[in-house]
Amino acid sequence: MNQSMLAIRNLSVAYDQNVVVHEVDFVLGEGEILSLVGPTGCGKSTVLRTVAGLEPPHSGEILIGDLKIDRQRMVPPEKRRTGLVFQDFALFPHLNVEQNINFRLKNKQAADRWIDMLGLAPFRHAKPQTLSGGQKQRVALARSLAHEPALMLLDEPLSNLDAALKSTLRWEIRDVLKTAGVPAIWVTHDQEEAMSIGDRIGVMRAGRLEQLDKPEACFRDPANRFVASFLGDAEFIPGQLSGGEVTTVLGRNQASIHNGGGPEVDVLLRPNDMSLTPASPGNGHIAWCRYEGETRLYGVYLFNGPEVKVRVNHEQELAVDATVDVRIIADHPLTVFSRGSAG
Amino acid sequence: MRHNTSFWLSVPIALAALAPLAVLVWLGFSAELEFSGRTAEILLNTILLTGLTVLTSILVGVPLAFVMAYADLPGRRFWLAALAAPLAMPSYIGAFAYFAAFGGGGELETLLGIATPRLEGLPGAVLVMTLYTFPFVMLTTRASLRNLDPSMVDAARVLGLSLPQAMRRVVLPRARGGIAAGALIVALYTLSDFGTPAIMRLDTFTRMIYVEYNAFGLERAALLSVYLLALVAVVLWLESRVSAERERPGRTLNLYVKPGHLILLVAIVLSILMAALGLPLGMFTVWLLREGAAGFDPAYAWNSVHASLLAAIAAVIVALPVAYATTAGRAGRLLERATHFGFGVPGIVLGTALVYIGLQLDMLYQTLALLVLGYVLRFLSLAVGSIRSRAERIDRNLVAAARSLGASPAEAFRRVSLPLALPGIAAGAALVFLEAMRELPATLMLQPTGFDTLATYLWRVYEAGYLGYGAIPGLLLVLVSMVALVVLLSGEERASL
Repeated sequence: MNQSMLAIRNLSVAYDQNVVVHEVDFVLGEGEILSLVGPTGCGKSTVLRTVAGLEPPHSGEILIGDLKIDRQRMVPPEKRRTGLVFQDFALFPHLNVEQNINFRLKNKQAADRWIDMLGLAPFRHAKPQTLSGGQKQRVALARSLAHEPALMLLDEPLSNLDAALKSTLRWEIRDVLKTAGVPAIWVTHDQEEAMSIGDRIGVMRAGRLEQLDKPEACFRDPANRFVASFLGDAEFIPGQLSGGEVTTVLGRNQASIHNGGGPEVDVLLRPNDMSLTPASPGNGHIAWCRYEGETRLYGVYLFNGPEVKVRVNHEQELAVDATVDVRIIADHPLTVFSRGSAG
Repeated sequence: MRHNTSFWLSVPIALAALAPLAVLVWLGFSAELEFSGRTAEILLNTILLTGLTVLTSILVGVPLAFVMAYADLPGRRFWLAALAAPLAMPSYIGAFAYFAAFGGGGELETLLGIATPRLEGLPGAVLVMTLYTFPFVMLTTRASLRNLDPSMVDAARVLGLSLPQAMRRVVLPRARGGIAAGALIVALYTLSDFGTPAIMRLDTFTRMIYVEYNAFGLERAALLSVYLLALVAVVLWLESRVSAERERPGRTLNLYVKPGHLILLVAIVLSILMAALGLPLGMFTVWLLREGAAGFDPAYAWNSVHASLLAAIAAVIVALPVAYATTAGRAGRLLERATHFGFGVPGIVLGTALVYIGLQLDMLYQTLALLVLGYVLRFLSLAVGSIRSRAERIDRNLVAAARSLGASPAEAFRRVSLPLALPGIAAGAALVFLEAMRELPATLMLQPTGFDTLATYLWRVYEAGYLGYGAIPGLLLVLVSMVALVVLLSGEERASL
């Protein structure tokens, strides 16, 4: 492991007696963007606030550069050199854009780089209230970066913005962070956003980090059923495991085994893992269809199994009740969970 | 953290705010506890004045509330503000004017040749108190009527009730909470009022406390104060038990008013306003024309401004930590409650307690400092409330953002919290200043010898019987009151944004 800016070791955080973060443990690489994702109330924002110094740790420790923080040694937020970007932007309403960005800067020129890069030059003297949501978030980002943080913390930075802006600003922020070379933790409840901006993603549930890995790995090979379902549409169909392969009504495939063996397993299938071909008799029939624009989502009743969802190109139009042949087209080993296992 | 600092600063402030209570109870019990026939008479007078004022305020305020809530009047906001205006006038101004206007040799007879009966005692006090307190009932009742679900009125009318029947049987019972809330404020205000019963020569607790104090019977004054506080406590307890109805707010009734009714309505509202505002203003203007500035020394106005300004500055400084402690949590809110004490307690009672404290600490007695301390204790809650309502609406993340940018707690407070709270601080200071300008009883008891203010000069004029000399202080006090109303209304407007 090379020099890392942030290491979190067995961190737990509690409000009163209520433990909201349980033994979270990870290290942030140089210049890495880590996205923390999970449902509302899973503790992801609390992790962020604790790193920023707004909440004290209950147990475990946080290492930011040379600083070592634990329950006994609280370091106040202003000593941590962390940049914090809020969901509601938190721009000082009594200061204009430039004054916000220069808040504690001695050398005012240093901020110009970020003002130019984020296209804020025309708004230098505007008050924050007069800006649009996207502009506000750019100012907040510029303000944090201009103060040369060792680490950036972004708490749902896009959730107060409208959908069209979200996807463009997402890439803009990622590019700026990469240019600055500052490592960042990006908290979001949107799994698609998490997977697209994170070098790695951490999936949290009820205060615990369920899985931390590259987005591809988490999506394709989730550690448990929760991660599987949270990151995208997930179907579980029964199968039998033998010798590293799994047999289902849809045939034999390589298996990737996570928790326990046992011959009886559930196999994870994503709607894109399968194809549909009109066939008679085939192995199932179309129960319903949902047109999505670029794609179509079909519900298919398998003759010898459960209903599965299959997503295909929008050009492939099939009538309800038509018989079809469902086939697994995924190349990767299929993730299996032992039958009846929780999580 | 900031909250801890403000919290620990607030504890001694809250204790200081409660000190007068402790002094009074101790003093009152060290006097010979006796409940003579005389005390019973004072108690009866106080209860009669309070009860009758509450009753007449309801009789005037509730019908007006119905009209203001449901009638489709042109310029409804203006009517409402005009009808609320009497609240801003100190009732002693009204009592002074009514005392001078009526009776043999009164101004009505002198000017217009109309013989009127003398207005004093219970009827006079009830009339004046009603004129200046009925808006409390009107405002709370109106608020509660506006909260009611109007579709029930529609339902009642579809079921065959006429509109007045529907109002009486369906709406009125559900507005009881609002009426009760207003009635209790009127009761509290009447119990505490010193000027009106004093000028109308009705022996209530407040008047007798002052009489005892002037007769060097400080223990007796304290004992009467404790009795009065007990009455206040009963009203406050009742107040805490009244809960206002909360129904689904939606559209409210908007009833058409026939032109004939509208004219009648205008006549009623105008006559109320004439009685509450027009008569005093007219009296003072007549005197001004007749007597000019006779007897008036600009030093009185300067003394008022001087003492009130000091009080406003001191109150704001003391209020800041309390307001911030309040936003921090339960314990902080408890401390804020303590600062309400001074506002809930009658000014004459607070004065009694502070005179005693002043006598113990020799260096304070008869000083400007003691007067300012009295104002601060009495009006601190206004400053706290004004700053708190502003501070509460400041996004907490702003301080977090400042800290994460490297600002220390002190710097974050100075550069972010303080500038953002500034409008609240200014409004709080203005309120304390204007209230202190008008305060009569506490000023009477705590003024240093020879330090007359506008309010105390008006009192001396009354005591001496040269009523005509009251023109300038009276008009200035009315002006101050109107400015106070504007500050208060604009503060509410901001809060509702």
